[in-house]
Amino acid sequence: MPIFWLVLIVLAIGAAGYVAGRRRALASAGGDSRHLHSLPSYYGSNVAIKAVVPAFLLMIVWLLVQPLYVSNTVSGMLPQSAIPDNSSRGLVMAEVRRAAEGMNNAVAQGLMSEEFAGNARADVADVTQRLKDAGQIVTSQVTQPILRAAQRYRVMNSTGGQMMTIAVLVLSVLGSLWGLRESQAEYRARNIVERSIRALLVGAASIAVLTTLGIVLSLVFNTVEFFRLYPATDFFFGLNWAPSFSGRGGSSDLGILPLLWGTFYISLVALVVAVPIGLFAAIYLSEYASPRIRSFAKPLLEVLAGIPTIVYGLFALLTVGPLLLGVFGDEGLGIMQAGTAVMTAGLVLGIMLIPFVSSLSDDIINAVPQAMRDGSYGLGATKSETIKQVVLPAALPGIVGAILLAASRAIGETMIVVLGAGAAARLSLNPFEAMTTVTAKIVSQLTGDADFASPEALVAFALGMTLFVITLGLNIFALYIVRKYREQYE
Amino acid sequence: MYDAPASEQKVNQQTTKISARKVQVYYGDTHAIKDVDVDIEDRTVTAFIGPSGCGKSTFLRCLNRMNDTIDVARIEGDILLDGEDIYDKKVDPVQLRAKVGMVFQKPNPFPKSIYDNIAYGPRIHGLAKNKADLDEIVEKSLRRGAIWNEVKDRLHAPGTGLSGGQQQRLCIARAIATEPEVLLMDEPCSALDPIATGQVEELIDELRESYSVVIVTHSMQQAARVSQKTAFFHLGNLVEYGETGQIFTNPVDPRTESYITGRIG
Amino acid sequence: MTDATSTPGSATPRAHKATSLLTVDERTRRRNASEGRFKTYGIVAIAIALFFLVVLVVAILRSGLPAFTATVADVEITITQEEFDAAEGELFKTKAYEQLFIGKLQRQLSENGMQVEFDAAAIERIMGKVGGDIREFYRANPAQLGEPVSFQLSASSRVDGYFKGRVTREALQDSRFLQLSDLDLVDALEEAGIIRQSFNWTFIQGADSGVDNPGGAGIGASVVGSFFMMLVVLFLSLPIGVAASIYLEEFAPQNRWTDMIEVNISNLAAVPSIVFGILGLAVFIQFMHLPQSAPLVGGLVLTLMTLPTIIISTRASLKAVPPSIRDAALGVGASKMQAVFHHVLPLAMPGILTGTIIGLAQALGETAPLLLIGMVGFVARGYPDGIVSGFVDPNSAMPAQIYTWAARADAAFYEKAWGGIIILLLFLMTMNFIAIVLRRRFERRW
Repeated sequence: MPIFWLVLIVLAIGAAGYVAGRRRALASAGGDSRHLHSLPSYYGSNVAIKAVVPAFLLMIVWLLVQPLYVSNTVSGMLPQSAIPDNSSRGLVMAEVRRAAEGMNNAVAQGLMSEEFAGNARADVADVTQRLKDAGQIVTSQVTQPILRAAQRYRVMNSTGGQMMTIAVLVLSVLGSLWGLRESQAEYRARNIVERSIRALLVGAASIAVLTTLGIVLSLVFNTVEFFRLYPATDFFFGLNWAPSFSGRGGSSDLGILPLLWGTFYISLVALVVAVPIGLFAAIYLSEYASPRIRSFAKPLLEVLAGIPTIVYGLFALLTVGPLLLGVFGDEGLGIMQAGTAVMTAGLVLGIMLIPFVSSLSDDIINAVPQAMRDGSYGLGATKSETIKQVVLPAALPGIVGAILLAASRAIGETMIVVLGAGAAARLSLNPFEAMTTVTAKIVSQLTGDADFASPEALVAFALGMTLFVITLGLNIFALYIVRKYREQYE
Repeated sequence: MYDAPASEQKVNQQTTKISARKVQVYYGDTHAIKDVDVDIEDRTVTAFIGPSGCGKSTFLRCLNRMNDTIDVARIEGDILLDGEDIYDKKVDPVQLRAKVGMVFQKPNPFPKSIYDNIAYGPRIHGLAKNKADLDEIVEKSLRRGAIWNEVKDRLHAPGTGLSGGQQQRLCIARAIATEPEVLLMDEPCSALDPIATGQVEELIDELRESYSVVIVTHSMQQAARVSQKTAFFHLGNLVEYGETGQIFTNPVDPRTESYITGRIG
Repeated sequence: MTDATSTPGSATPRAHKATSLLTVDERTRRRNASEGRFKTYGIVAIAIALFFLVVLVVAILRSGLPAFTATVADVEITITQEEFDAAEGELFKTKAYEQLFIGKLQRQLSENGMQVEFDAAAIERIMGKVGGDIREFYRANPAQLGEPVSFQLSASSRVDGYFKGRVTREALQDSRFLQLSDLDLVDALEEAGIIRQSFNWTFIQGADSGVDNPGGAGIGASVVGSFFMMLVVLFLSLPIGVAASIYLEEFAPQNRWTDMIEVNISNLAAVPSIVFGILGLAVFIQFMHLPQSAPLVGGLVLTLMTLPTIIISTRASLKAVPPSIRDAALGVGASKMQAVFHHVLPLAMPGILTGTIIGLAQALGETAPLLLIGMVGFVARGYPDGIVSGFVDPNSAMPAQIYTWAARADAAFYEKAWGGIIILLLFLMTMNFIAIVLRRRFERRW
């Protein structure tokens, strides 16, 4: 773990810089800290920041750029002849990477000497055999160009790593020397340190934006790649979802409509369960319940919200599914074939959303000013009349927002549908049939050993993109409504 | 316009509408109202005055059982409306509040149209036989609330879009629409500017012809202007109750005098 | 006041309905009935929600608690040097040990006054290949020859199921896994006190087993995986979240960039978790080539997912510190930075920690993103060797392990999945309990 050590060394330089900077500043003021512009620790921090921050930034950038550069160079080295007809450059590069990693591991285990691994004239069959002996996974025979590329890949990576270590250490030392030179009594260390801290704070706040950017970029790039292999119109308007399992494409039908239908159907069932129960629970808790009942029922409802979705998934698969099957299955009404169905997933998803709907609605109902209720009671209205005719109409925009947020949660939920809804993509109206959703298919297309360059795997990114756009749209719209609603009563 | 003291206005032959005896109100452990005895007369404006926190609003809210909506409030003693105990177990507060309407400190129109605001009470109490009937009630109430001319062209615009003074008159019209016998007003002008206050005060004076009006106010001038009877509350006690003119010119209790002359409050 | 005076006639007193307050009229009665109905809807809604909660808890406990007991057979046998030598001389050595074992077991049973006939196949069906285990033990510890040695052999998952009610005599069909006659032997062994239920330490401490061995599956290794993941989440999301919140709450100017960050954070909080999984797969694994299935990657993904939650709660705690504190610090000449770090932050710390623990609890239970970065389908067979390998070596995490078990064909794994849920919920409850205690203990009302 050389990076681990590099980090430690840089931190050590920073710590040494702190001590030295503090001492030097004090010395420049004749040992009397009152003659300093800032507190002595600020001078130390100034040096430490200059030693650590630029070095770490360089390291992060280097770590991000180096693999790209190395892959590109090595990939360019591969002759066209080295790429089989039914394969792609990306796949061959994956092979190269695997071979290189295999050699690294073999060397680390002492099963292969460094010279042997770097030997350009090494026999291909021999290398393959030795890698297999070392327990490394090599899919097939390593070919000459692949071996050459893998060796190049290893060399470039290790020189890159060495260069990075040197550059980072030099930068760290230079930074601390610069900071030390500045450590004079009149130097405005506090202002500089505070400005750096502020920059760090800005950086931390920007991570949220970077995350969104990362999500968007990773979705967009792979989606574009997918549409290059598979026509977009077939994806968006295809009525059939039948990926081939060979993972080589060609015969797959990847239409999103059955998945969207399953998603919306299950979400609809969930909302039909969650909205009335959640809303009435919220009304009861905020308008009727005595403080004692409230203090007892509200935390219990929140327990439902705190349970991880995997638990609900298991509950759907192993408890609710068999239960429904007993009632609606062959021994009962005979309209249900298996425990996994739209109804199973929708019902459990609905249970999960009850506390979500109720706590959001509770907040919103409580935001309706008491004066409204008083006005209604003062006219002789009963509580339910007040709620139905004054409170709910006043809270309506907020409640609509809450329901939209719940819908977005339902659409994006994964574990319950993976375990409870079944795996068959189907356009059907029968809620007791198994259907599948966008999220469930993202999971099934991206787990397992599918090749990331095939349309069968890349379709998951297009599905993710669709999911992201739908939920984001719902969220933005819902948050907008809720915010507008809050402003009305502030 | 407001210089004629209320006490000089013609006062009808009075009958007692509400009579309260030994009323105690507790908020949790706080004893908010102590031993209040008062008789409120029909077709009279009765003002409750006193420093902040003296219990005048609390007592007002006892008169139509609005305190029921507060969990910790507890009320003892008797309050009779036309000789019937309003805290009797058999009394439904809903029916009571239809007879004893209330207007609040802050105008609180519902987030509905002006028409629906007024029609709300008649609808829930089933006062209108049909749509035409309801239209008539709405128009009549808005006219009596002295706001008809300002809103007659936009009855279906939201009530929240009106100005503060208009909103308060709308709320008064809304309270009138259920045809109450007593109208309780909790500092109805405190959120209004002087012009709107003048309009509402004039309206209160007109309402006196048909209702018993009880108004809580922190403004002694307002009490003097609009009321015939005044009750002075202090620290939860009813200190003095009598003709408005007498209270303001010749108070019996030294505390009343201190308050009126501005030494406490 | 033109309109009031314009219609003086309409202001005439109206005839009051001469109704007494003491009698409730028909309309009020109807209205009160509808009031009662409406209130009942509310009660019913709460009752349904709580009923679901109870069903869920009962399902978890009923199906999960058996995972904590295992069916074991305690057999004390003595094998002499001669018997050992004889067995080692045979061609089928384990077979010989098995015969030895059966003979000794039969003798023990008949000493207890029981006569049950059984053969090696039955023993194998009930307890697996005992011969191999015994041979291995004596080859490793030849000194124990001649001494009484008590073997604790875990029973097969079917026998385990028979004890826990999963397998019944009525439903049992003879198969190579278990036959009806074996159950007579099991009953006899139980009566002799040889087969019994004992606490299943393997489940708590062990690692995942292969698909054919539900009895040996344990959650211990994935608890360790989850632990390393939570370390990553804690050490990244707490400082970054607090720094971001301080900036947004205390320093950020009102401009478009700030607005964008704020909108971003509130939207990120509602992005489906699976999308974070896609992000992790594309960025950390495909792009940066970090190791698959590593707690480090899981931790990074969960950090990004938890950050919005932590930022939102931290900002609320910072906002709750009254401005007078900041003014007081600035008034004695502290810089803005000093005011925040010396006064505001320490006062907001209990709230921040509470929010962080709740965020961690959420992250601990999250499954979907872990599926995409390869923490599922992988058999976590052991504990990591050290701290570094704890972060970078493939491992599973509790929710991922539960999913793996739930997805296996053998129903005996379902019991393990439910048991895993109990463990997971125990961790979550502990974390939430700590959060509540923190809040109760340090909450300040200004």
